[in-house]
Amino acid sequence: MFEDIGNLMHGFAVVLQPQNLLLMVVGIVLGVIVGVLPGLGGANGVAILLPLTFSMSPTSAIIMLSCIYWGALFGGAITSILFNIPGEPWSVATTFDGYPMAQQGRAGEALTAAFTSSFVGALFAVIMITLVAPLVASFALRFGPAEIFSVYFLAFCSFVGLSKEPPFKTIAAMMLGFALGAVGLDQMTGQLRLTFGFESLLSGFDFLIAVIGLFGIGEILLTMEEGLSFRGKAAKINLKVVIQTWKELPKYWMLSLRSCLIGCWMGISPAGATPASFMSYGIAKRISKRGHNFGKGEIEGVVAPETAAHAAGTAALLPMLALGVPGSPTAAVLLGGLLIWGLQPGPLLFVEQTEFVWGLIASMYMGNIVGLIVVLTCVPLFAAILRIPFSVIAPIILVLCAIGAYTVHNNTFDVVMMLVFGVVGYFMKKANYPLAPMVLAIVLGDKAEESFRQSLLGSQGSLGVFFSNALVSTVMTLGLIALFWPIIQEGISRVRVAMGAARPAQ
Amino acid sequence: MSVTSKILSFGAVACVGAAFAMSAVPATAWEPSHPIEIIVPAGTGGGADQMARTMQGIISKHSLTKQPVVVINKSGGAGGEGFLDVKNAKGNEHKLIITLSNLFTTPMATGIPVNWKDMTPVAMMALDEFVLWVNAEKPYKTVKDYVDAIKAQPDNTFKMGGTGSKQEDQIITVALQKAVGKKMIYIPQKGGGAVAVQLVGNHIDSSVNNPIEAVAHWRAGKLRPLCVFDPKKLDYKDKIAGDMSWNDIPTCKSAGLDVEYVMLRGFFMPPGVSKDAVSYYVDLFKKVRETPEWKKLMADGAFNQSFMVGDEYAKWVAEAEKLHEGLMKEAGFMAKTN
Repeated sequence: MFEDIGNLMHGFAVVLQPQNLLLMVVGIVLGVIVGVLPGLGGANGVAILLPLTFSMSPTSAIIMLSCIYWGALFGGAITSILFNIPGEPWSVATTFDGYPMAQQGRAGEALTAAFTSSFVGALFAVIMITLVAPLVASFALRFGPAEIFSVYFLAFCSFVGLSKEPPFKTIAAMMLGFALGAVGLDQMTGQLRLTFGFESLLSGFDFLIAVIGLFGIGEILLTMEEGLSFRGKAAKINLKVVIQTWKELPKYWMLSLRSCLIGCWMGISPAGATPASFMSYGIAKRISKRGHNFGKGEIEGVVAPETAAHAAGTAALLPMLALGVPGSPTAAVLLGGLLIWGLQPGPLLFVEQTEFVWGLIASMYMGNIVGLIVVLTCVPLFAAILRIPFSVIAPIILVLCAIGAYTVHNNTFDVVMMLVFGVVGYFMKKANYPLAPMVLAIVLGDKAEESFRQSLLGSQGSLGVFFSNALVSTVMTLGLIALFWPIIQEGISRVRVAMGAARPAQ
Repeated sequence: MSVTSKILSFGAVACVGAAFAMSAVPATAWEPSHPIEIIVPAGTGGGADQMARTMQGIISKHSLTKQPVVVINKSGGAGGEGFLDVKNAKGNEHKLIITLSNLFTTPMATGIPVNWKDMTPVAMMALDEFVLWVNAEKPYKTVKDYVDAIKAQPDNTFKMGGTGSKQEDQIITVALQKAVGKKMIYIPQKGGGAVAVQLVGNHIDSSVNNPIEAVAHWRAGKLRPLCVFDPKKLDYKDKIAGDMSWNDIPTCKSAGLDVEYVMLRGFFMPPGVSKDAVSYYVDLFKKVRETPEWKKLMADGAFNQSFMVGDEYAKWVAEAEKLHEGLMKEAGFMAKTN
């Protein structure tokens, strides 16, 4: 333990070298840019810049690349809040309340809350990595297909029944999402599904293209109809808003702590940041006193998903280092980088490459602090974007969306798909069909299906596999509780009403 | 500042290096005039992706080309997307594709209209190996113990994990079932790293991971290699785990399990490209193979370093296609022809 702290201090010494600090700032700025461009994303950003780092020492290289990663995580929140366009899957839940806040002129507040929560979540996860790294790695090994499915099940259950729209519409949107998610190659049998012989459909519908279209383009169409103006143009643009929001944030310590724990747990189990953000949002909405206000611009609705997503994103680096399994596409590219620098991720990395590992962990601390400072000072700048007339900003957003959609697979067909999704998104909003369940189904549907079918292959078709040990049974039971929570809650409130009715009589 | 100066000084060294390389090799008639694309018909982080990105790094580090190299993943439809892209880029001399066994298996299993004959063969860079792995806690120390254990159980008891469906891992599994005479449960995962971790966590009973996917867990004492599916033993004699080296792993055939398989890591170009362009890339790959970074990649992944070009390469590919066709037919993995 003490040896570890000594190693960490040594790591800080490495990170604080002027050259590395400079790389850190460069990495964060590049990362924010990458994160702001929807579709470019952390994975592509890191992949493009990876060759630049081959001439550096592995430690300097990983500092720069992981800072790009942090920067992209921070940057993803910016477009989610300002334009309703999530740049990364885990930013989707941030749009639910972040965008309404921006429309009400509270963009600065939402951005500050998002950045600060990201920082808190990531910091919590790094501290956990520092303290319990070896324990965590062995916990991750207990996740077979059934356990992984149970985690997805919990994510779906804690989110279902949240929207205000009629349940039928929610289910219809979700089923449409599942159907779209099923297009392309079936991983289990190697057969093509729902491609109808069109070569363009081979790779299926990428989540990002659907989201850029549904949210981004759909939103622009709606705004055009409503008179070509952003409703959020009255955004305050000075740094005071940061201080004001900070004064308010400590109130939500319980929410933050819960979101941190959800995030870390989801990050270590291989499910990752996206279900973490949805689950955290769903649970916050159920538990919060202001839950009825979620979706209308509630700051808690920004804090919950951002904290959890970043705790998960950070915690996910641990299985990557200790087991060699990347938790996200970005982590996968980083993993490739490690191999090129001659480092072998795996259980022995912590023993054989102490300088590298602790340098990386120290850079997580420093990178987050530097990142927070960089993005917070830019909050007024970002918020000021909303003051630009819609007729100027809309074409720019459209171009960025098109570039983003193209970059995902380097495919012009995807740009057309994005526009189609935009029109679909517009009509769904007009008809009051919720978009979130559809997006959730596109993102997690195929992964949940995969682990479900892997489990059933292993058990030869017996559903008993989902209750075959303490871990998987617990998670499944939690999922069922979350699914039936509205009914349970109603039961509780009836009891309360009954007691409340009894009280005045006393 | 120090970074800038570092890059500058590095650039200077690289220029000298490039000048040296240029003078050493006779100039070819064809030179790339814009960036060179390497298509990877698989996702980021896999074996083909790692090799392509390492080559990209080597080429830029040693300034082996005047134009930059870009790596693009087109993994849709088990890589069919990438192969179609190259097939349809007729005459594009700035596009290459790195292959894995899905060059054969994807068209056969999915019916996607693409064949290696639609493209121009450039070079075989290496052959990737497959090793039979079990969890180190399990009692079977040799192939015989393992085969006896499978035979002692009823059909569909032993779980084999692998990457993808109807691809190389499952083909080996089917061949292994045939050799042993018992059915196994095959559980497909998205990537080789995940397969190795499922094996360490005892969620499956064995895997046929490539060396690079499982070596970290072998060194940590969590996994045990039983045999290698190459017809000959691996060349690398450095100690990896305890006093075992890659060279100490017996071949499966010699251990009594008659299954052999290696996977092509080679390059193709679109149809209709000039001979000069092909020979430019062959020269480029020869230079890449001389670098220490490439040698390190080969040793880390315990690759079979066979290098082939021209007719010899095309002949090898044609034979490999025939072999895959036989294996896929036998396993019932062929797509129904319309």
